[in-house]
Parts: sequence; structure tokens; C-alpha cells
Amino acid sequence: MEQKTAPVLEMRNITKRFPGVIANDNISLTLHRGEVHSLLGENGAGKSTLMNILYGLQQPDSGGIWMHGKPVRLQSPADAIKHGIGMIHQHFMLVPSLTVAENVALGLRSKRHPLTNLKTVAHRIQELSEKYRLQVDPNAYVWQLAVGERQRVEIIKALYRDASILILDEPTAVLTPPEVDDLFVTFQQMAANGRSMIFISHKLHEVLQLSDRITVLRHGRITGETFPQETDRRQLAQMMVGREVQMAPNKSEVRPGSVMLDIEGLFAPGDRGGDAVRNLRLQVKSGEIVGIAGVSGNGQRELAEAISGLRKPRAGKVQINGTVLRTSCPKSARKAGLAYVPEERMRDGAIGDFNIKENLILLDHGDTKFCRPSGMLRFAKIKEHCNRLVDEFNVKTPDLETPTKHLSGGNIQKLILARELSGNPKVLIAAQPTRGVDIGAAEYIHKRLADERTRGTATVVISEDLDEIMALSDRIAVMYEGEIMGIVERDNASREEIGLMMAGVQRLNAA
Amino acid sequence: MQEVKSKVTSWLIPIGAVIAALALGAIMLLALGAEPLSGYATMFGAAFGNLKGLSATAMKSIPLLLVGVGICISFRANVINIGGEGQMVMGALWATITALSFPHLDSLMLVPLVLLMGILGGAVWGAIPGALKAYFNVSEILSTIMLNIVAVQIMNYLLRGVLIDPGEIERGTRIPQTARLPETSDLPLLFEGLRVHLGFVIALLAAFAVWVLLWRTALGFKLRSVGLSREAARYAGIPVKRSIITALALSGAMAGLAGAILVFGSESHRMVTDGSSTGFTGSAGFNGIVVALFAGLHPLWSIPSSLLFGGMLVGANALQRAAQVPSALVIALNGLIVVFVVSSEFFRRKLQQHHSARQAIEEDSRLTEENVGS
Ligand SMILES: Nc1ncnc2c1ncn2[C@@H]1O[C@H](COP(=O)(O)OP(=O)(O)OP(=O)(O)O)[C@@H](O)[C@H]1O
Ligand SMILES: [Mg+2]
Repeated sequence: MEQKTAPVLEMRNITKRFPGVIANDNISLTLHRGEVHSLLGENGAGKSTLMNILYGLQQPDSGGIWMHGKPVRLQSPADAIKHGIGMIHQHFMLVPSLTVAENVALGLRSKRHPLTNLKTVAHRIQELSEKYRLQVDPNAYVWQLAVGERQRVEIIKALYRDASILILDEPTAVLTPPEVDDLFVTFQQMAANGRSMIFISHKLHEVLQLSDRITVLRHGRITGETFPQETDRRQLAQMMVGREVQMAPNKSEVRPGSVMLDIEGLFAPGDRGGDAVRNLRLQVKSGEIVGIAGVSGNGQRELAEAISGLRKPRAGKVQINGTVLRTSCPKSARKAGLAYVPEERMRDGAIGDFNIKENLILLDHGDTKFCRPSGMLRFAKIKEHCNRLVDEFNVKTPDLETPTKHLSGGNIQKLILARELSGNPKVLIAAQPTRGVDIGAAEYIHKRLADERTRGTATVVISEDLDEIMALSDRIAVMYEGEIMGIVERDNASREEIGLMMAGVQRLNAA
Repeated sequence: MQEVKSKVTSWLIPIGAVIAALALGAIMLLALGAEPLSGYATMFGAAFGNLKGLSATAMKSIPLLLVGVGICISFRANVINIGGEGQMVMGALWATITALSFPHLDSLMLVPLVLLMGILGGAVWGAIPGALKAYFNVSEILSTIMLNIVAVQIMNYLLRGVLIDPGEIERGTRIPQTARLPETSDLPLLFEGLRVHLGFVIALLAAFAVWVLLWRTALGFKLRSVGLSREAARYAGIPVKRSIITALALSGAMAGLAGAILVFGSESHRMVTDGSSTGFTGSAGFNGIVVALFAGLHPLWSIPSSLLFGGMLVGANALQRAAQVPSALVIALNGLIVVFVVSSEFFRRKLQQHHSARQAIEEDSRLTEENVGS
């Protein structure tokens, strides 16, 4: 981007402190018309904080914001929206019990205020969704939508408010590669229309593909600025983490043992009625990682929830280590030795208002190691345990008493993994295990999953990231419309074949 | 630094709310033709000015504190218990029946026994709406309120029937009250010449026990996690349904204990009904909610909170005697305090935002000047 006029946005010398951390340390950032400016940085580097300040959600301790050369006050999102700033948050900000149109209309003043005209809203949504190729049904309820669809609603919401500056805080974290490709077409079209974007992602190839300019943050400071044509993935990784990163873990030779997870004839209902999982059969042996590939929304989440007891299956049976699980009873699954890293980490995986210590003992607070026979908790033991986990998984936090909701997104994910892996599970279901974590942390999580395999855990990894599946799995099962299209050995797997199965074009009968 | 500041504001909020409520109350006093300053002086003098007043305040605070700490348990588990009144009544009834059935037990046996029965009676009356909510998804707000009515009817029926003092029938007066309960069930007085009795110590201990329960035990951990996120608790294998029932049962147990203490610490040492629940409880089943909310649902903060509200009750009675001001004024004051606490929380947030925004703007203009200068 050549500099034509005054930048549309300038953040100058922004500093923001939280108890125990300086989230932003004298950060300055500019954005030009039609530019896509990427922010890169480790979990907890301060990216979301900077963006929250820009969106008026938080106030800087010092520093200011200029738009088109004039200082502006952004004291609330309402101010930001007035100045044409829109934000797609790292965590969804939609009201699940309302429809898409209602969510978009929320907080808007219609011409006939206080009445809203949902028909007009729906109509406009339709227009926008055609113009920008963002497929959504304005009348669907948000709780019924898959994550990819929710993401599109968030973007439509911002477009509806006619945002000329869009803050995109990890918009692709929850999307499949084809969805990301579609989204990038939309973003490019938006940029061509003169809209500017700040883009945050932990996926380096996306950053290289989409950005005009890249700024790297570390520990709240800007540590580098570069352009995609002048750099590559390795160098970016180096800039972010300060060392080389290796994505595929070294896996030791492990001979799979006995069947630990045995799923037979499983049917599970979807949120919108009908069966999301259909007649599914899968066996996972101890010391084995089975990767479940597939476009999101093909029953992966429902499968994981049915196994863990969060969703009541319509038929079928799940056994862990020979014990048949009671349906719809998470406790019995836990007892049998299941660990589960859920897809919905903010809803299921952690309690935002609990502190880190409390979230880390959510599973085993009743165990004799943490609880006396009298029912009193052993705080000294708990503290020791939690300090160890926080160290091991490099959860960035000032202390164990910090409310979990104050952690950065990636650090919450690390916390959940730390807890789930700490209980020596027999069976581990990990849905999107590295979603939202930085590359250094992803490397560590992959290593830990490989360690679990060596230890003899039967692991199911659900991921939309085929690279991740290929790097981790011993066998790969492909899900399409609730069924397993085929299971292939990792060593014989070809991406083309998997791709065809993911699209539902081809089915393997051998499995 | 910021830490310290927020600590101080969190202290000031409730105090500010009380002052604001008193200021509005002063206007009401004026409207009622009373001199506000001397009115308030009368109130506070009566409630906190001398030993007798303090003793009366402590007495009033007992049921408020017990119901309040029970509310801390249920609200922390995100179950709304509006059934304190009924749970108090049921606890009192179970305890009364027990005392009447075992008149010959000595005090060391009978006092713990009746208090235990009070706890059980309240717990059962709390567990019922708990089970209805857990298994049939019946709103606990509705069911606890309805069970209040049921409890009152049972009380009236029993006190007019089988439990009535035989003397009332002989004399034909038929006042619905029990006979004088066995003296061995009287709660011992703490100080010679003052009315305050063992119940006050029990209430203080209960507050401490609830604090331990909520923040030091595995059970309390479960209840709080269910309260903050049912989904996450369920996912972690915590039995959500059982936790809901437990929370309401424990909450009811505290109210039941309050009911029992009211009976055995009463001056008449009888259980009496005037046909309503408030006639027996003095509305402590409802006011306990206010006490707990004012204390930020913290059991230990509930102690000063209950003393404050207990003191207001004593003061309002004194004011009524001295200046013919209706004691309903105290209800208005209670309500005002709650309104102010809730809204001051809101103002605190606004203030914080404003503060940092102003800093930003100052910084802004400084930077602009620098820019222009260069
Ligand atoms: N409201 C808050 N209270 C206290 N600390 C906070 C708060 N919000 C953020 N922090 C802290 O500020 C730091 C920066 O967090 P931020 O969310 O900006 O990171 P991030 O770069 O977006 O990370 P991620 O990639 O994991 O999303 C972290 O250490 C975090 O714990
Ligand atoms: Mg973030």
C-alpha cells in the first residue's frame, strides 16, 4: 500500500496495564484506506487488548486514537460504531436465542424506533450476503448455526452497520480451509471497496496471503514490522516466538494395544432436528491417535458430545475400556477415564468467573489428593498442582487467583488442555486442540498429544486443519453428513482421497 | 495502586448506599411531620446506643442472618430461594413437635435435638422445590413462593388443632398457640438481664460454617461451579441436578434453624400464629434476601449486614413509639438501600470508564500539542 493521504486510523503510544501485566506498552499503529494490516503475536501478547481499546471496550491508560488526522474519543462500542469501526470478536458476541436478523438489528435504531422492522433487516442481510458471498439465513436461530455460519453473521453485522474499518480478531480460528478461502475473497472485495481491516490470526500462511502489512507484537510491545513479500513463514515464526518452531511432533514407535474406545451404531440428534451422527462405528486402541477430518458441521461436534455424555444419543452404544457408558451422563464417561477438550471452550470448557486454580481442579476437586475425607479442600496441594500445570503449559497469567475470563483466548485453551491431560486419561477426545493458540503453544500441544499416545491413551483428534490431522494421526477417519466415509492409515493416506471423502464424493468400504 | 483504589470503593459503596437511603428517608420523615435528625438519633440510639438496644438488635438479626447465609448458598448456586418464610415455619413446626413429644429430655439433649429438627424441617421444605426444579424443570421462584403458602396453612391447621394448648380449649379462648414448651428446650441467655440468647452465637457460627462450606469444601466448589455455569459443570462431570437440590435444601436448612430459634428463644416460649407467616417470622424469610444481597452474597459480610437491618427494625419500632411514624418506613428504607446498592455498582463502573477516558483525552491533547510543536 502506498501512502496516499492521511491514514484512516492512527493509534499513538497506547499503553494499557492490568493487575500484574502490561498488556500494551506504548504501541503505535496506523491503518490506511483499503489496507489489510495484520497483527501477529503469541498468546497474551496484547492483540485483543489493543483491538478492544480501538473498539471502545476498554480505555487506554495513556495514548490516543486519531482518525483521518483528527483525535477521536472512543468511550464505548457505540462511539466506535459511529466512527465506522466494526469488530469481529475472538469469542462470539451473538445472542443464541435470537434469530440472525434479530441479532443484526440488536442495538440499531430503526427508522420507526422503537419498533424494529425485521423484514427490512432480513432483506438487507440477504443483499449483503449476496454481494459479499456470505451465505446466511436471516431467519435461523443463532443457536442452531455452526460456528462457520456464526462467523458470517458477525461479519454481516459489521457490514450492516457500514463499518469502514473492520477489526477481525481471529476470524478464521473456527473456520475450515474452504470457508477461509471464501472469507478471504470477501475480505479482498471489501478492501477493494476501500474498507480497511486489522486482521489477527495465528495461522501464518493466512497472514501472508491476506495482508498488505504485518506488525508483530511480543509481551505488549511492537517488535517488528514487515511486508508479506519480504518475509516467509519461518521468519515470521521466529519473529513471534524468538526461536525455530517445529510443527509435526516426533512420534515414537508405539504398538497400539487393546480397544479403549468402542463406538457402535451411534445415532445422535443434531440441534436442528434430524440425525447429525448416523450409524457411526469407530474403534480406537490404546496408544493410537485417530484423526477425524471433515468439514465442520458434519457431525463432529455432536459425535464428541454424544461420547462425552453431553448429548443424548438416539441409539447406539459407547464403551470406554470395556465399560458401557450411561447415555447423557458426563459423570459416567469421566469416571470411565474420558478426557474431553470441547469445541465450545467458553461455554463448556471453563468457567469465566472462576479463577485459574478453580478451573484447573474442575474435574478432580473431589479426588483424595485434593480433598480430605471431611470434604475440605487441600489448598496447599491444589496450589502446587496448579502451579505445575501453569508452568508446564506456559499459561500466561499474573497468578493463580486471576479470573479466567481475563486470560487471553489462547491461554484459556492452554488451561483447558492442561486440566484435561493432567488426569492420565484412558481416552482423550480433543476437538480443535490448537484452535486459537500461537504456534509455539501448538507445537507444545502436539508434543503432549504425542506423549499421551506413548503413554497409551486412545486419542481422537477432531480438527478442520488437515495439516494437523496428518501430523498427529495414526489413522484418519473422514466424516461427511454424520457418517464415516472411510478410515485410512496415515501412511497410506493421500490428501486427494481425503478431500474427496470430505466432499462426500467417494466412500471407502474397506473400513 | 489500582487494586487499592478498587478495594476502597468496594467498601464505600454499601456505606454510600445507606447514607443515600437515609437522606431520602429523611425527606419521608419530614413529609410525615417528624424531625429527621432527631428521628434518626432516636432510631440509632435505640438500636445501638445501649446494651438493651444492642441486645434487641442482635435478637432481630438472628433470623435475618441465618436466612441470609442460606440465601448466599442458593444464590451462589444460581437457584433463587424465595421460600425462606415457609422453610422457617416448617423448621419451627418440626422443632416444636419434637419438643412437645420429648418434654422429659434434659436441656443438653433437647436443645440440640430441636435445633436439628428445625434444620431438617427447613431442609425438606427446601429440597422439595429443588427436586421439582431438577427433575421437572419447575421454576423454583414459583414453587418456593407457593410452598410458603402451604406451610402457613399447615401451621394454622396444626396450631388450631392437635398442637393447640389444652388450656386454650378449657378456657374457651382458643388462641392458636402451643402450650408453654418444656423449659429444658429454652435457649440459654448469654448475659444476665439481657434478652439475647444462644441463638445469636449459633447464627454467627452458621455464617462462618457457610463461608467454610462455600470456599473451603468440595461441595461448596461444586455448588459455585453449577451456579456460574451449568454447562461447564455438567461437562466436568459435576452432578448438576443433585447440586440444585442440595443448594435449596441447605438454604432451607438455614431458614429452618432460624424458625426453630425464633420459637425457643421467644419470650412466651410458645409457637403462636396470627394466621400469616409474617406474624411468626417478622418477614425475616424475605428480608434475609435483602441482607444477603447487601452483603454481596458473602456469608461473613452478612453478619454486619444483618446487624444493620436488625438495628433498623429496632430503631423503627422506637421511632414509631416516640414520634408516631409508621414503622412501615423501615420497609421503605430497606428497599431504598437495595436500590442504591444496585445502582451504585452501576455508577462505579461508569466512574471507572470515565476516569480512564479522561486520562486518555488528556494524554491525547498533550500528544497533539507535541505533534503540532514538532
Ligand atoms: N480484563 C482483563 N483483566 C486483566 N488482565 C487482562 C484483561 N484482559 C487481558 N488481560 C491480560 O492482558 C494480556 C494480553 O491479553 P490479550 O487478550 O490482549 O492477548 P492476545 O494477544 O489477544 O492473546 P491470544 O492470542 O491468546 O488471544 C494477557 O496477559 C491477559 O491475561
Ligand atoms: Mg486475543
